[in-house]
Amino acid sequence: MTDMSAATTTAADPIEWKLPSTRKVAVISLILTESSLFTIFLVAYLFYMGKNLNHPYPADVLKFPVLATAALLSSSFSIVFSEMALHRGSKAWFHIWWAITIALGSYFLWFTGTEWHNLIFHDHLTISTNVFGSTFYSLVGLHASHVIIGLFLLSLILILSLLGKIPKDHTEHIEMISWYWHFVDAIWVVVVTVVYVISTGVPNV
Amino acid sequence: MNTDIVDENFQMPEPERIGQERGALTRIAQEMVFTVDHKILGLMYIASGLIFFVVSGLMAVAIRVQLAVPGNHAVPPDVFNRLFTMHGTAMVFLVGMPIIFGFANYLVPLMIGARDMAFPRMNAFGFWVFFFSGVLLYFSYLGAPGLYAAGSAPDVGWFAYSPLTGRAFSRGHSTDYWTLSLLLGGIGSMATSINIIVTTVCMRCKGMTLGRMPLFVWLFLVVALMVIIALPPLSACQIMLTLDRYCGARFFDTQAGGSAVLWQHFFWIFGHPEVYILILPGFAIASEVIPVFSRKPIFGYPVMVAASVMIAFISLGVWAHHMFTVGMSSLGNTFFAISTLLVAIPTGIKIFNWIGTMYGGKLRFELPMLFCIGFLFQFLIAGLTGVMLAIASFDWQLNDSYFVVAHFHYVLIGGLLYTIFAGIYYWYPKALGKMPNWKLGLWHFIVFTIGFHVTFFPQHISGFLGMPRRIYTYEAGRGWDLWNLISSIGVIFQIVGILFFVVNLIYSYIWEKDAGDDPWDAWSLEWATTSPPPPYNFETIPEVRSRRPLWDLKHPEDPDWKFE
Amino acid sequence: MRQVSDMFEPLSRPAEMIHQSALLVLLITAGIFVVVTAMLVYVVWKFRHRGAEDKLQEPPQIYGSSHIELAWTVIPILITFVLILVTSRTIGEVQNAPMPKNAIQVKLIGHQWWWEVRYPEEGIVTANEIHVPVSSRAVERRLPTAILLESADVIHSFWVPQLTGKTDLIPNRTNKTWIEPFATGTFFGSCAAFCGLQHANMLLRVILHEPEDYQRWLAKMKASAKAPASPLAEQGRKDFFANSCVNCHQIDGTIAKGGFGPNLTKLMTRQTLGAGVAPLNQKNLSEWLRDPQKLKVGCLMPDMKLQASQIDSITAYLMTLE
Repeated sequence: MTDMSAATTTAADPIEWKLPSTRKVAVISLILTESSLFTIFLVAYLFYMGKNLNHPYPADVLKFPVLATAALLSSSFSIVFSEMALHRGSKAWFHIWWAITIALGSYFLWFTGTEWHNLIFHDHLTISTNVFGSTFYSLVGLHASHVIIGLFLLSLILILSLLGKIPKDHTEHIEMISWYWHFVDAIWVVVVTVVYVISTGVPNV
Repeated sequence: MNTDIVDENFQMPEPERIGQERGALTRIAQEMVFTVDHKILGLMYIASGLIFFVVSGLMAVAIRVQLAVPGNHAVPPDVFNRLFTMHGTAMVFLVGMPIIFGFANYLVPLMIGARDMAFPRMNAFGFWVFFFSGVLLYFSYLGAPGLYAAGSAPDVGWFAYSPLTGRAFSRGHSTDYWTLSLLLGGIGSMATSINIIVTTVCMRCKGMTLGRMPLFVWLFLVVALMVIIALPPLSACQIMLTLDRYCGARFFDTQAGGSAVLWQHFFWIFGHPEVYILILPGFAIASEVIPVFSRKPIFGYPVMVAASVMIAFISLGVWAHHMFTVGMSSLGNTFFAISTLLVAIPTGIKIFNWIGTMYGGKLRFELPMLFCIGFLFQFLIAGLTGVMLAIASFDWQLNDSYFVVAHFHYVLIGGLLYTIFAGIYYWYPKALGKMPNWKLGLWHFIVFTIGFHVTFFPQHISGFLGMPRRIYTYEAGRGWDLWNLISSIGVIFQIVGILFFVVNLIYSYIWEKDAGDDPWDAWSLEWATTSPPPPYNFETIPEVRSRRPLWDLKHPEDPDWKFE
Repeated sequence: MRQVSDMFEPLSRPAEMIHQSALLVLLITAGIFVVVTAMLVYVVWKFRHRGAEDKLQEPPQIYGSSHIELAWTVIPILITFVLILVTSRTIGEVQNAPMPKNAIQVKLIGHQWWWEVRYPEEGIVTANEIHVPVSSRAVERRLPTAILLESADVIHSFWVPQLTGKTDLIPNRTNKTWIEPFATGTFFGSCAAFCGLQHANMLLRVILHEPEDYQRWLAKMKASAKAPASPLAEQGRKDFFANSCVNCHQIDGTIAKGGFGPNLTKLMTRQTLGAGVAPLNQKNLSEWLRDPQKLKVGCLMPDMKLQASQIDSITAYLMTLE
C-alpha cells in the first residue's frame, strides 16, 4: 500500500476540509431532474394553448382553485413551523404541525380529485377530448403524483416519529423531505399560474 | 457440562480462499446479485455493455449483408427495419450508457480517494434497472408478435418519430417495448448520475479541491449533470407517447391538432445532449491516458475544465440542428446553425490540448495510447463532418443521408469506442490484476481500424450521391453500389478485430503476468492501491496536495504543488 | 436519365446556392484536417520514446501556456465566425427567395409509400412524378417551381439532390420549397425520412421539360380519356368498376373517386408503378394486379384476389388511361 505522507498537506497548509452534506446535494439534484421533467410538460401545455379543434376550452371549464392553492401553500408554512418545533426540541408541536401539513396536502389532493370528477363527468373533458385535455391532465396529474409521493413520505415520517423510531440526529433527513415538499409547492405555483390564469385568457384560434 | 476441555487434536481450519470453497460459483453469483460495491457494479456494467455490443453488432452485420448489393433479398423489409431500430437503440442505451457508467462507477471513488459511491444501494438499483431494461427491449423479439408486420421488436427507428409511432401506424406492442425499456433505462441513468454528482461533490479526500480532481472526474461530473437535465425530456416523451397510444391523448395526434414536430423538439432536447453525454466520457479517458503515456501533465487543465463545462451548456441549445429540414423559419435555422458551430470551438480546443500534451513528451505506444491516437485522428474527422452538418443549408442535402451515418459512426466508433478500448486496456491491470497482451492488442488495433475506415469512409460518398438512410434496399445504377459493397466488406475486418479484443481479454487474464499496483507509472489515486483494489479501496484514506498525488510521491524534489 | 443524384452536380438554382457554400465549407474543413493531422503526425513521430536511455528521465513537465491556448482559441473563433456568415447568408437566400408571379405551383402530398402530385392551377392530379419546365438564366424569363409539401399520414421528406435540399412533408403542416432547374431530363429522388415498411421504395422522379414540351405534357394531362378501344379493355372497365377499385382510386370522368390510392386518370404517362418499384409495362401491371404484395410487400393495396381473366381485362383497361 503506497505511503501517501510525502504528498499530504503539511501543518503549514491548514485547510478545514468541509464538504457539503450528501443528502442535501442528492435532494438538490433530484429537484433539478424533476424540474426538467415538469418543464417539458409545461412547454407542451404552453405550446398547445389556443390550438384546440373542439370545446371545451380552458376558459369554459377552469376556475381558479383558491382554497386548494391556499391549502397547499400554507402547508409549506406549516412544515416550516414543524421543523422549527423540532429544532426547539418540542416533539409535540413537531407532530402537530407535521400532521397539519399532511392534512392540508390531503385536502389539496381531494380537491384535485373532485375537480377532475367534475371535469370528466359534467364538462366532458377527458385526456382524449382535445389537446387541452391531454396537456391539462398530464401536467396537473404529474404534479398530483408528486403530491401523493410527498404525502406518503410525510405520513411515513409521522408514523415512525410517533412510534419513536426516528433517532435524534436525523433532523437533516426530515429537512430533506421538507425540501421535497417545498419543491412540490413551488411547482404548483407555476402550474396554477400557467393553467388557471394564463391559459384561461388565451383565445382559441 | 465441562467447557474447559482443550481439544489437543484441534486443528485450525485453513482460511477459505475465494473461488475454492464449496459452492464457489453460487457464492460468486450471489455476490454479483447482492453487491453494492462500486467496483463490482462497474465491471458488471461494462460486461453487460460489451455483451449488448456484440449482439447489436451482429445486427449491424446483418444490415451490411443486406445492403452489400442492390436489390438484395437477404433480409426482408420488416426485419431490416427492426434491425436498424434495435441496433441504434441498443448501441446508445445498452452499450454506450452502461459502459460509461461502468467506468464512472469503478474509477470515480478510487480517483477521489473514497471508499465507495455516496449511495451504494442506489448504485445497485441503477445497474439492475438498466439490465432489466435491456432484457425487456430484446424480449420484444419473443414477447410481442402480432399481426403481419404488427408485432415483434420495435421498427420505428431509434428516435421513433411520431406519428409513425402512434397507434394507427404502429400496431401491436413493439413500440411499447421500446418506450418502456427507455423509460426504465432513463430512471437507472438518472439514479446513477445523482450518485456520481453527490460522490464527486461530497466525498473527495482531504486536499482534493475541485481544481485538483482528475479531469476524468470533472468530465463525469459534467456528464452526470447533463444526464439529470437531459434525460427527463426523454422520459416525458415516453410518458406522452404511452398516453397517446393507450389513453387516447392527443400530444402527437395530428388529426386532433397535435404536432408531429413537437415530438422531434422534445426528443432532440434529450437526444443532442445525449450524444455529448456519450462522448464526454471518451474525453475523460483520453485525458487520463494521453498524459501518462506522454509522460507529461495534461496541457491546460483549467481550460480543459472550462471547455467541458461550455460544451455541456451549449449542447443544451443546439437540438434543432436535427430538424433543419422540418420547415423552421430561416431565423430558427440560423440560430441553431450558429449554436451548433459554437459548440465546435471548445470541442476543437480539446483536441489541441491533447496534442499539446503529447508535444515535448516521450510517447510510449502502449495499447491505451495507440487507441487514443486513433481516437484523435478519427474524432477530428468526425468533428469536421459535424461542422459540415452544422451548416444548415449543407444539412438540407446531407440530413437523413448516409453522410450522417458516417459522421456519427466516426464519433461513436472512431471516437467513443476507441477511447473505451483505451480505457479497458489501461485499467484492465487495475481491475483484474494482469497486464493486457500487447501483441494481441496491436492486432486488434490494426485490423479493427482497417475495418472501421473501410466500412464508414465510403458512406460519406454515398451520402453525397443521394443515398438516404434507413432504406432496406436500393436500385442499381444510382451510383451507390460500389460504396455499399466496400462498406460491407469492412465488416469482416471489424469482426476479426473484435475477436482479437475478446481473445486478448481472456488470454491476458489467464496467462499474462501480474500487473502490480502501478504498471503504467501513472499519477492518479487509483494506482495507489493494490490491483485489484480491496473492497475498502484504500487502507488509509489519502490526502493530496496537487492534481497528480503519485507524481508528488515519486518526485519529491519536483512536486506538482510547487508549480500549479 | 439522371440516375446518379450527385449533390455536387447541382442543376437548379437552390441546389447551386447550397453547393457554393458547401464547397467553401469543404475547403475550410479540409484545410483544418490537413493542418491538425500534420500536427498529430509530427508530434507522434518527433516525440516518440526512443529506447531504454529515454526511460531514465521524464520530459519537462509543462502545464500549459496562455499564449498558445489563446492562439488556438482565437483562430477557431475566427473560422467559426466566417462559417456563421456563410451559413446565415445561404439559409436566407434559399428559404426567403422571392417567387415570381408566374412560378409553377405544385403540391406534393406524401402517403405511405407514394407521392400524390397536384397542380392546383391546372386541375391535374397524378402520382410519383413531377413534371415541370426548366427555367432560364435570364432574369426576366425566370420560371421557378414552388412546391407545397403536405402529408396524409406520417412524416416523409422530399429529396432530389440535384434540384434542391430536402424538406419534410409533415402531417397537419404545410411546408414550402422551390426548385429552378436549368437542365432537362429525368431526375431521381427518394423519400428521405423513415416512414415505415416501404420507405426504401418511395421513389420520386422529377421530369424537366423544355417549356414547349411542358405545355404539350399539360395538354396531354388535361385531355379527356379515350373510350376503351378493344372489347377486352371495355370488359376491364366494367370489372374495374365492379370491384372495389373505385373505393381507393380516382379516374376522372368516371364514378371512381377514391382518394386513398394514386389517381389513375393518366396512369400510362408514368414511367414506373408502385412509386418506382418496377417499370410500368403490361407485364408488371399484371403482376401488380395479381398480387401487389409480391412487388411491394406491405404496401397498402391489398391482394384483391382477382381471377386471371379479370387481371387481363383490367390490365388492358388501365393501359388505355393515357
